[in-house]
Amino acid sequence: MYRYDTVDKTLVAERVAQFRDQTRRFLAGELSDDEFRHLRLRNGLYIQRHAPMLRVAVPYGLLSSTQLRALGGIARRYDRGYGHFTTRQNIQFNWPKLENVPDILAELAEVEMHAIQTSGNCIRNTTSDHLAGVTPDELEDPRPWCELIRQWSTFHPEFTYLPRKFKIAVTGAAQDRAASLVHDVGVHIVRGPDGNLGFEILAGGGLGRTPIIGQVVREFLPREHLLSYLEAILRVYNLEGRRDNIHKARIKILVRSLGIEEFRRRVEAEWENTRAAGPRVTAGEIERLRAFFDPPAYRALQDADPAAGKSTAFRAWYRYNTTAHKVPGYRAVFVSLKKPDVAPGDITDTQMELVADLADRYSFGEVRVTHTQNLLLADVEQDKAYELWRALDEAGLATPNIGTLTDMICCPGLDFCSLANAGSIDVAKLINERFDDYDYVYDLGELELKMSGCMNACGHHHVGHIGILGVDKGGQEWYQITIGGAAGADASLGAVIGPSVAKNEVAETLARLLDVYVENRQPEERFLDTVRRLGVKPFKERAYAAPVAA
Amino acid sequence: MPRRLLRDGRIVVDDWSYLAEAPGNADAPLILTLAEWQTERATWIARGGPLGVMLAPAHSVGVLVPDLERFALIGAEFPGPSDGRAYSQARQLREHWKFTGELRATGFVRRDLVFFMARSGFNSFELPDTEIEAAAAALSTFSAAYQPSNDAGLPFKLRRRLPDTPAIA
Repeated sequence: MYRYDTVDKTLVAERVAQFRDQTRRFLAGELSDDEFRHLRLRNGLYIQRHAPMLRVAVPYGLLSSTQLRALGGIARRYDRGYGHFTTRQNIQFNWPKLENVPDILAELAEVEMHAIQTSGNCIRNTTSDHLAGVTPDELEDPRPWCELIRQWSTFHPEFTYLPRKFKIAVTGAAQDRAASLVHDVGVHIVRGPDGNLGFEILAGGGLGRTPIIGQVVREFLPREHLLSYLEAILRVYNLEGRRDNIHKARIKILVRSLGIEEFRRRVEAEWENTRAAGPRVTAGEIERLRAFFDPPAYRALQDADPAAGKSTAFRAWYRYNTTAHKVPGYRAVFVSLKKPDVAPGDITDTQMELVADLADRYSFGEVRVTHTQNLLLADVEQDKAYELWRALDEAGLATPNIGTLTDMICCPGLDFCSLANAGSIDVAKLINERFDDYDYVYDLGELELKMSGCMNACGHHHVGHIGILGVDKGGQEWYQITIGGAAGADASLGAVIGPSVAKNEVAETLARLLDVYVENRQPEERFLDTVRRLGVKPFKERAYAAPVAA
Repeated sequence: MPRRLLRDGRIVVDDWSYLAEAPGNADAPLILTLAEWQTERATWIARGGPLGVMLAPAHSVGVLVPDLERFALIGAEFPGPSDGRAYSQARQLREHWKFTGELRATGFVRRDLVFFMARSGFNSFELPDTEIEAAAAALSTFSAAYQPSNDAGLPFKLRRRLPDTPAIA
């Protein structure tokens, strides 16, 4: 993985000093709330319902065991012993004290981490495929490009006060595991007409109040122009994006109002300027970055079936919580953060330390955060999977549910977030209680359930096969349900099935939707495909056919 | 009381006046709003003294291009802590239109922002008088940078990761 050199270390250390002074000035009354807000937001610090929330950047979801251990220590000493992994591969601490934040940032800097630009109207953490570098369906490892973008976007002088936040996702595989079509900019590694690798550039995707699927701005961009092209997109957005209405300020609204043709024309015209004066990507620099992501020292092994003859529990875990690796004899192993009685994405201090130890023992000392709020040990020898499972299981990190109904994406909701209209963690709990029969859950097959506590859509409900949105109705928590959304290469937005339902009706309503699927599915057909084939109508009819008995 | 400002890393007394400040001397450096410039362009050209013009965030820098060599100063405005359009205007003026005169940041200018402004091409800063010393010090908040930019307003060289293109070297 990428290691800091003196430039990186200098910048992060200077940022810690700067933020320490800004915090001191705020606490001394020299900075107003509003002035400090803009400064703290560029350091990932929100003022939340109970306490400040600090979001720490995990660039493209990649952590060393040392870093994960440090996060565990921070959770224990500055928080209440846990952290929360997000859909953008970052980690959030919900209970730090404002006056401690400079010290936390200083501790993060020691392990080459920071909270720079994890909030605020600037370029956020670049996200990517959690299977980058190990998946068999990959054209090229996207991580060197992610690191290039991370560096270029960090403290970018021109793009620090954009109309609104700006999120970039980069993928290099056939399957899109980074939800790049619902990002402000999606960067896809593709092969060009001349056979060389370059990029397809999309813009204008996003969720929130106005969900929109991104559109292609440029079908093929030669690789040396990546940064100058991104600068052109961002400059058009910075100058022309709306600033009069926070709900219409994302680039998706600009792209939609101009139309993709006119947006493209403006970007290409500005690119004439940025290509001459902006950053160019030299072969030397990208090779330097690429070397950080060289494959680890894999052993020469053969593929085996470690599940053969083992317990049912291990076989289920191996089937659901591990996935194919391009190197024979290896598997990528998910660490499920979706235990039924735990908020999705939450992990304790000791669990972080344990996963760090397991990464050292079984996966070359690296851990990845997935877009679906789990962790991943990417390079595990198949023969070691059983040992690893025993250790994970003992720590409550082996819930065998990856890719199933109970592998829910969920925002922190009303329990923590000052924006939320409704609870999401307690609904996740109710759903887990209702669907506690693994045979049934496995029979339902691949299913993405995504839940947001408000229309800001941090839980990506629009692109869930089933989406749940918390809404406030006269001070009560209600839930609107959508079906048919998807976040991958075939991204689509879910359709609302009808009126929202009360909290105690959510699980029963889901059960009815799933009944329609089970009764109508064709062989090998996923829930999503059945919805796409039949449309919303039969699902809607069943969902509201009779009152739900509370 | 004369206005102090930060220019090229030093605290100086402003030698420019805005039209609203009614400068007595016809040869004194004078800053106009874009509207003032456009409505009486011929008068201002005939005047003789150095001219400056203010851009609002919504203005395209393109409106100044035909007259760029007439201006010794261009000002751009930051209306509040969240409006960053002037950063792009500055880079366009410096890097594309090769404006080499004084580029002045006005409006919401504070010590926490001058580093980014300087890296975008501003070399002078009008800010609250009590903030000037701190802002001068804040120009050296960071000693390195990842991305190339014109850094016109920084009085020293940053350590840099990505190389400059020949166009801005």
